[in-house]
Amino acid sequence: MSLDPHTVLAILAMAAATYLTRLGGLWLLRLANVRGRTRAALDAVPPAVLMAVIAPTVFATGPAETIAAGITLLAAFRLPLLAAVAIGVASVVGLRMLLG
Amino acid sequence: MSRRADFAAGAFAIAPVLAAAIPIALLFGTLSVAKGLSVAETSLMSMTVFAGALQFVAIDQWSNPVPIGLLAFTALVVNIRHVLMGASLGRSMGDFSSPQKYAGMFFLTDESWAFAEQRARKASLTPAFYFGSGVALWSVWNIASLAGAVLGAGLGDPAAYGFDFAFSAVFIAILTGFWSNWRTGAVLLASGAVSALVKLSVDGAWYIMAGALAGIIVAAILHAEDENPRETDRIMPS
Repeated sequence: MSLDPHTVLAILAMAAATYLTRLGGLWLLRLANVRGRTRAALDAVPPAVLMAVIAPTVFATGPAETIAAGITLLAAFRLPLLAAVAIGVASVVGLRMLLG
Repeated sequence: MSRRADFAAGAFAIAPVLAAAIPIALLFGTLSVAKGLSVAETSLMSMTVFAGALQFVAIDQWSNPVPIGLLAFTALVVNIRHVLMGASLGRSMGDFSSPQKYAGMFFLTDESWAFAEQRARKASLTPAFYFGSGVALWSVWNIASLAGAVLGAGLGDPAAYGFDFAFSAVFIAILTGFWSNWRTGAVLLASGAVSALVKLSVDGAWYIMAGALAGIIVAAILHAEDENPRETDRIMPS
Protein backbone atom coordinates (compact mmCIF):
# COMPACT_ATOMS: atom_id res chain seq x y z
CA MET A 1 0.00 0.00 0.00
CA SER A 2 1.75 3.12 -1.16
CA LEU A 3 0.54 6.55 -2.14
CA ASP A 4 2.77 8.73 -4.27
CA PRO A 5 1.88 12.42 -3.73
CA HIS A 6 1.99 13.27 -7.46
CA THR A 7 -0.18 10.30 -8.33
CA VAL A 8 -2.67 11.20 -5.60
CA LEU A 9 -2.74 14.79 -6.85
CA ALA A 10 -3.39 13.62 -10.43
CA ILE A 11 -6.20 11.33 -9.27
CA LEU A 12 -7.82 14.07 -7.19
CA ALA A 13 -7.52 16.53 -10.11
CA MET A 14 -9.31 13.99 -12.33
CA ALA A 15 -11.94 13.48 -9.64
CA ALA A 16 -12.52 17.22 -9.27
CA ALA A 17 -12.77 17.73 -13.05
CA THR A 18 -15.19 14.82 -13.33
CA TYR A 19 -17.39 16.06 -10.47
CA LEU A 20 -17.43 19.48 -12.13
CA THR A 21 -18.88 17.96 -15.31
CA ARG A 22 -21.46 16.13 -13.17
CA LEU A 23 -22.55 19.39 -11.50
CA GLY A 24 -22.44 21.37 -14.75
CA GLY A 25 -25.88 20.19 -15.77
CA LEU A 26 -27.50 21.46 -12.57
CA TRP A 27 -25.89 24.88 -13.04
CA LEU A 28 -26.92 24.96 -16.70
CA LEU A 29 -30.53 24.33 -15.68
CA ARG A 30 -30.45 27.36 -13.39
CA LEU A 31 -29.33 29.63 -16.23
CA ALA A 32 -31.65 28.35 -18.92
CA ASN A 33 -35.38 28.80 -19.08
CA VAL A 34 -36.52 25.29 -19.91
CA ARG A 35 -39.37 25.83 -22.34
CA GLY A 36 -40.10 25.41 -26.02
CA ARG A 37 -37.00 24.74 -28.07
CA THR A 38 -34.67 24.36 -25.06
CA ARG A 39 -37.01 21.78 -23.60
CA ALA A 40 -37.19 19.88 -26.89
CA ALA A 41 -33.39 19.88 -27.00
CA LEU A 42 -33.07 18.57 -23.43
CA ASP A 43 -35.76 15.94 -24.06
CA ALA A 44 -33.54 14.65 -26.88
CA VAL A 45 -30.49 14.26 -24.60
CA PRO A 46 -31.16 10.65 -23.46
CA PRO A 47 -31.63 9.11 -26.92
CA ALA A 48 -28.90 11.32 -28.44
CA VAL A 49 -26.28 10.45 -25.78
CA LEU A 50 -27.15 6.75 -25.68
CA MET A 51 -26.95 6.53 -29.47
CA ALA A 52 -23.64 8.44 -29.55
CA VAL A 53 -22.17 6.04 -26.96
CA ILE A 54 -23.11 2.87 -28.85
CA ALA A 55 -22.80 4.00 -32.49
CA PRO A 56 -19.08 3.12 -32.95
CA THR A 57 -19.66 -0.38 -31.53
CA VAL A 58 -22.85 -0.91 -33.52
CA PHE A 59 -21.90 0.58 -36.90
CA ALA A 60 -18.12 0.72 -37.08
CA THR A 61 -16.66 -2.34 -35.34
CA GLY A 62 -17.62 -5.36 -37.43
CA PRO A 63 -20.52 -7.43 -38.76
CA ALA A 64 -20.76 -9.50 -35.55
CA GLU A 65 -21.41 -6.40 -33.43
CA THR A 66 -23.85 -4.90 -35.96
CA ILE A 67 -25.93 -8.09 -36.24
CA ALA A 68 -25.85 -8.66 -32.47
CA ALA A 69 -27.07 -5.09 -31.96
CA GLY A 70 -30.02 -5.80 -34.28
CA ILE A 71 -30.84 -9.00 -32.38
CA THR A 72 -30.63 -7.13 -29.05
CA LEU A 73 -32.97 -4.44 -30.40
CA LEU A 74 -35.58 -7.00 -31.50
CA ALA A 75 -35.30 -8.84 -28.17
CA ALA A 76 -35.66 -5.59 -26.22
CA PHE A 77 -39.06 -4.88 -27.79
CA ARG A 78 -40.44 -8.21 -26.49
CA LEU A 79 -38.42 -9.23 -23.44
CA PRO A 80 -37.31 -7.74 -20.11
CA LEU A 81 -34.00 -5.90 -20.11
CA LEU A 82 -31.93 -8.64 -18.49
CA ALA A 83 -33.11 -11.24 -21.03
CA ALA A 84 -32.45 -8.89 -23.96
CA VAL A 85 -28.92 -8.16 -22.68
CA ALA A 86 -28.20 -11.88 -22.16
CA ILE A 87 -29.37 -12.66 -25.71
CA GLY A 88 -27.27 -9.78 -27.05
CA VAL A 89 -24.10 -10.96 -25.28
CA ALA A 90 -24.67 -14.60 -26.28
CA SER A 91 -25.24 -13.61 -29.91
CA VAL A 92 -22.08 -11.47 -30.09
CA VAL A 93 -20.01 -14.37 -28.74
CA GLY A 94 -21.59 -16.78 -31.26
CA LEU A 95 -21.28 -14.37 -34.19
CA ARG A 96 -17.64 -13.56 -33.41
CA MET A 97 -16.85 -17.28 -33.53
CA LEU A 98 -18.85 -17.73 -36.74
CA LEU A 99 -17.53 -14.67 -38.55
CA GLY A 100 -13.99 -14.87 -37.21
CA MET B 1 -43.37 2.41 -1.83
CA SER B 2 -41.23 2.71 1.30
CA ARG B 3 -37.88 4.39 1.01
CA ARG B 4 -36.06 1.13 1.67
CA ALA B 5 -38.09 -0.73 -0.96
CA ASP B 6 -37.42 2.08 -3.43
CA PHE B 7 -33.67 1.93 -2.70
CA ALA B 8 -33.76 -1.84 -3.34
CA ALA B 9 -35.79 -1.28 -6.51
CA GLY B 10 -33.07 1.05 -7.80
CA ALA B 11 -30.33 -1.45 -7.03
CA PHE B 12 -32.37 -4.27 -8.59
CA ALA B 13 -33.15 -2.29 -11.75
CA ILE B 14 -29.44 -1.85 -12.43
CA ALA B 15 -28.57 -5.54 -11.75
CA PRO B 16 -27.70 -6.35 -15.38
CA VAL B 17 -25.22 -3.46 -15.37
CA LEU B 18 -23.71 -4.69 -12.10
CA ALA B 19 -23.06 -8.09 -13.67
CA ALA B 20 -21.45 -6.48 -16.71
CA ALA B 21 -19.42 -4.03 -14.61
CA ILE B 22 -17.60 -6.75 -12.63
CA PRO B 23 -15.31 -8.04 -15.42
CA ILE B 24 -14.71 -4.49 -16.69
CA ALA B 25 -13.70 -3.26 -13.22
CA LEU B 26 -11.51 -6.34 -12.69
CA LEU B 27 -9.77 -5.50 -15.95
CA PHE B 28 -9.32 -1.88 -14.89
CA GLY B 29 -7.69 -2.94 -11.60
CA THR B 30 -5.38 -5.29 -13.47
CA LEU B 31 -4.30 -2.70 -16.05
CA SER B 32 -3.84 0.01 -13.45
CA VAL B 33 -1.44 -2.09 -11.36
CA ALA B 34 0.36 -3.23 -14.52
CA LYS B 35 0.90 0.46 -15.38
CA GLY B 36 2.62 1.03 -12.04
CA LEU B 37 -0.11 2.41 -9.79
CA SER B 38 -0.33 0.86 -6.34
CA VAL B 39 -3.40 -1.02 -5.12
CA ALA B 40 -4.27 1.95 -2.87
CA GLU B 41 -3.91 4.44 -5.74
CA THR B 42 -6.05 2.26 -8.01
CA SER B 43 -8.77 2.10 -5.36
CA LEU B 44 -8.54 5.83 -4.71
CA MET B 45 -9.20 6.48 -8.40
CA SER B 46 -12.20 4.13 -8.55
CA MET B 47 -13.65 5.66 -5.38
CA THR B 48 -13.23 9.34 -6.24
CA VAL B 49 -13.36 9.46 -10.06
CA PHE B 50 -15.91 6.64 -10.57
CA ALA B 51 -16.10 7.01 -14.36
CA GLY B 52 -15.23 3.87 -16.29
CA ALA B 53 -14.37 5.33 -19.69
CA LEU B 54 -12.14 8.03 -18.22
CA GLN B 55 -10.33 5.60 -15.92
CA PHE B 56 -9.29 3.42 -18.88
CA VAL B 57 -8.21 6.44 -20.93
CA ALA B 58 -6.25 7.85 -17.97
CA ILE B 59 -4.41 4.57 -17.34
CA ASP B 60 -3.55 4.48 -21.04
CA GLN B 61 -2.04 7.99 -20.80
CA TRP B 62 -0.29 7.43 -17.46
CA SER B 63 3.45 8.08 -17.59
CA ASN B 64 6.31 9.23 -15.43
CA PRO B 65 6.33 12.06 -14.38
CA VAL B 66 2.56 12.03 -13.96
CA PRO B 67 0.98 14.50 -16.45
CA ILE B 68 -1.43 16.06 -13.93
CA GLY B 69 -2.70 18.85 -16.19
CA LEU B 70 -3.20 16.55 -19.15
CA LEU B 71 -5.11 14.05 -17.03
CA ALA B 72 -7.39 16.73 -15.59
CA PHE B 73 -8.07 18.10 -19.08
CA THR B 74 -8.72 14.58 -20.37
CA ALA B 75 -11.23 14.13 -17.55
CA LEU B 76 -13.12 17.23 -18.72
CA VAL B 77 -13.15 16.12 -22.35
CA VAL B 78 -14.14 12.51 -21.74
CA ASN B 79 -16.85 13.46 -19.24
CA ILE B 80 -18.25 16.65 -20.76
CA ARG B 81 -21.33 14.63 -21.76
CA HIS B 82 -22.24 14.63 -18.04
CA VAL B 83 -23.23 18.30 -18.39
CA LEU B 84 -25.93 17.39 -20.90
CA MET B 85 -27.01 14.32 -18.92
CA GLY B 86 -27.20 16.28 -15.66
CA ALA B 87 -29.20 19.08 -17.27
CA SER B 88 -31.70 16.56 -18.63
CA LEU B 89 -31.96 14.52 -15.44
CA GLY B 90 -31.95 17.59 -13.16
CA ARG B 91 -35.46 18.39 -14.39
CA SER B 92 -36.72 15.10 -12.93
CA MET B 93 -35.14 15.78 -9.52
CA GLY B 94 -38.07 17.69 -8.09
CA ASP B 95 -38.24 15.36 -5.07
CA PHE B 96 -34.54 15.92 -4.25
CA SER B 97 -33.28 18.42 -1.67
CA SER B 98 -30.36 20.59 -2.73
CA PRO B 99 -27.74 18.48 -0.84
CA GLN B 100 -29.33 15.35 -2.31
CA LYS B 101 -28.92 16.80 -5.81
CA TYR B 102 -25.25 17.65 -5.22
CA ALA B 103 -24.51 14.28 -3.59
CA GLY B 104 -26.56 12.47 -6.22
CA MET B 105 -24.61 13.98 -9.10
CA PHE B 106 -21.45 12.33 -7.78
CA PHE B 107 -23.03 8.96 -8.70
CA LEU B 108 -23.93 10.08 -12.23
CA THR B 109 -22.69 7.50 -14.73
CA ASP B 110 -24.00 6.59 -18.19
CA GLU B 111 -25.62 3.51 -16.69
CA SER B 112 -27.29 4.83 -13.53
CA TRP B 113 -28.34 7.93 -15.45
CA ALA B 114 -29.99 5.89 -18.22
CA PHE B 115 -31.99 3.90 -15.66
CA ALA B 116 -32.97 7.09 -13.81
CA GLU B 117 -34.20 8.69 -17.04
CA GLN B 118 -36.12 5.53 -17.86
CA ARG B 119 -37.69 5.54 -14.40
CA ALA B 120 -38.57 9.24 -14.67
CA ARG B 121 -40.56 8.52 -17.82
CA LYS B 122 -42.76 5.98 -16.03
CA ALA B 123 -43.06 7.39 -12.50
CA SER B 124 -41.51 10.20 -10.52
CA LEU B 125 -37.83 9.69 -9.70
CA THR B 126 -37.32 9.34 -5.95
CA PRO B 127 -33.97 10.00 -4.25
CA ALA B 128 -34.12 6.47 -2.76
CA PHE B 129 -34.40 4.82 -6.20
CA TYR B 130 -31.64 7.00 -7.64
CA PHE B 131 -29.23 6.42 -4.76
CA GLY B 132 -30.11 2.71 -4.77
CA SER B 133 -28.79 2.27 -8.30
CA GLY B 134 -25.92 4.74 -7.85
CA VAL B 135 -24.57 3.28 -4.61
CA ALA B 136 -24.99 -0.30 -5.88
CA LEU B 137 -22.93 0.44 -8.98
CA TRP B 138 -20.31 2.39 -7.01
CA SER B 139 -19.91 -0.49 -4.53
CA VAL B 140 -19.62 -3.18 -7.19
CA TRP B 141 -17.24 -1.06 -9.27
CA ASN B 142 -14.96 -0.50 -6.27
CA ILE B 143 -14.97 -4.06 -4.94
CA ALA B 144 -14.22 -5.49 -8.39
CA SER B 145 -11.53 -2.93 -9.22
CA LEU B 146 -9.84 -3.63 -5.88
CA ALA B 147 -10.04 -7.36 -6.59
CA GLY B 148 -8.51 -6.81 -10.04
CA ALA B 149 -5.67 -4.75 -8.58
CA VAL B 150 -4.92 -7.38 -5.91
CA LEU B 151 -5.20 -10.41 -8.19
CA GLY B 152 -3.27 -8.73 -11.00
CA ALA B 153 -2.86 -10.11 -14.49
CA GLY B 154 -4.13 -13.48 -15.65
CA LEU B 155 -7.85 -12.74 -15.33
CA GLY B 156 -8.31 -12.83 -19.06
CA ASP B 157 -9.88 -10.48 -21.54
CA PRO B 158 -13.58 -9.58 -21.04
CA ALA B 159 -14.02 -9.47 -24.84
CA ALA B 160 -13.51 -13.24 -24.94
CA TYR B 161 -16.77 -13.69 -23.05
CA GLY B 162 -18.69 -10.93 -24.83
CA PHE B 163 -18.78 -8.75 -21.69
CA ASP B 164 -17.46 -5.77 -23.64
CA PHE B 165 -20.73 -5.86 -25.60
CA ALA B 166 -22.91 -5.99 -22.48
CA PHE B 167 -22.93 -2.21 -21.95
CA SER B 168 -23.90 -1.62 -25.57
CA ALA B 169 -26.70 -4.18 -25.18
CA VAL B 170 -27.97 -2.44 -22.03
CA PHE B 171 -28.02 0.92 -23.81
CA ILE B 172 -29.78 -0.52 -26.88
CA ALA B 173 -32.48 -2.02 -24.65
CA ILE B 174 -32.96 1.24 -22.74
CA LEU B 175 -32.97 3.23 -25.98
CA THR B 176 -36.14 1.44 -27.12
CA GLY B 177 -38.04 3.17 -24.30
CA PHE B 178 -37.22 6.65 -25.57
CA TRP B 179 -39.01 6.43 -28.91
CA SER B 180 -41.86 8.90 -29.17
CA ASN B 181 -42.27 9.91 -32.84
CA TRP B 182 -40.46 10.42 -36.16
CA ARG B 183 -38.42 13.23 -34.60
CA THR B 184 -36.78 10.64 -32.33
CA GLY B 185 -35.73 8.79 -35.50
CA ALA B 186 -34.12 11.94 -36.90
CA VAL B 187 -32.30 12.57 -33.59
CA LEU B 188 -30.97 8.98 -33.54
CA LEU B 189 -29.90 9.15 -37.18
CA ALA B 190 -27.94 12.38 -36.67
CA SER B 191 -26.40 11.26 -33.38
CA GLY B 192 -25.45 7.78 -34.63
CA ALA B 193 -24.00 8.96 -37.95
CA VAL B 194 -21.93 11.80 -36.46
CA SER B 195 -20.70 9.68 -33.56
CA ALA B 196 -19.52 6.84 -35.82
CA LEU B 197 -17.86 9.23 -38.30
CA VAL B 198 -16.05 11.19 -35.58
CA LYS B 199 -14.93 7.98 -33.89
CA LEU B 200 -13.42 6.79 -37.19
CA SER B 201 -11.70 10.09 -37.99
CA VAL B 202 -10.74 11.78 -34.69
CA ASP B 203 -8.61 10.35 -31.89
CA GLY B 204 -9.91 10.43 -28.35
CA ALA B 205 -13.35 10.50 -26.81
CA TRP B 206 -14.85 13.42 -28.76
CA TYR B 207 -17.31 11.16 -30.61
CA ILE B 208 -19.84 10.97 -27.77
CA MET B 209 -20.14 14.72 -27.39
CA ALA B 210 -20.13 15.31 -31.16
CA GLY B 211 -22.86 12.73 -31.76
CA ALA B 212 -24.95 13.88 -28.80
CA LEU B 213 -24.76 17.52 -29.88
CA ALA B 214 -25.74 16.62 -33.45
CA GLY B 215 -28.84 14.81 -32.18
CA ILE B 216 -29.75 17.65 -29.81
CA ILE B 217 -29.35 20.28 -32.53
CA VAL B 218 -31.62 18.26 -34.83
CA ALA B 219 -34.22 18.07 -32.03
CA ALA B 220 -34.06 21.84 -31.53
CA ILE B 221 -34.40 22.48 -35.28
CA LEU B 222 -37.34 20.11 -35.66
CA HIS B 223 -39.13 21.47 -32.60
CA ALA B 224 -42.62 22.68 -33.47
CA GLU B 225 -44.88 24.61 -31.13
CA ASP B 226 -47.82 22.42 -32.14
CA GLU B 227 -46.27 19.32 -30.56
CA ASN B 228 -48.76 17.24 -28.63
CA PRO B 229 -48.56 18.63 -25.06
CA ARG B 230 -49.49 15.29 -23.50
CA GLU B 231 -46.51 13.74 -25.15
CA THR B 232 -44.08 16.19 -23.59
CA ASP B 233 -45.77 15.82 -20.20
CA ARG B 234 -45.11 12.12 -20.38
CA ILE B 235 -41.43 12.78 -20.96
CA MET B 236 -41.26 15.16 -18.00
CA PRO B 237 -43.36 14.00 -15.05
CA SER B 238 -44.16 16.36 -12.19
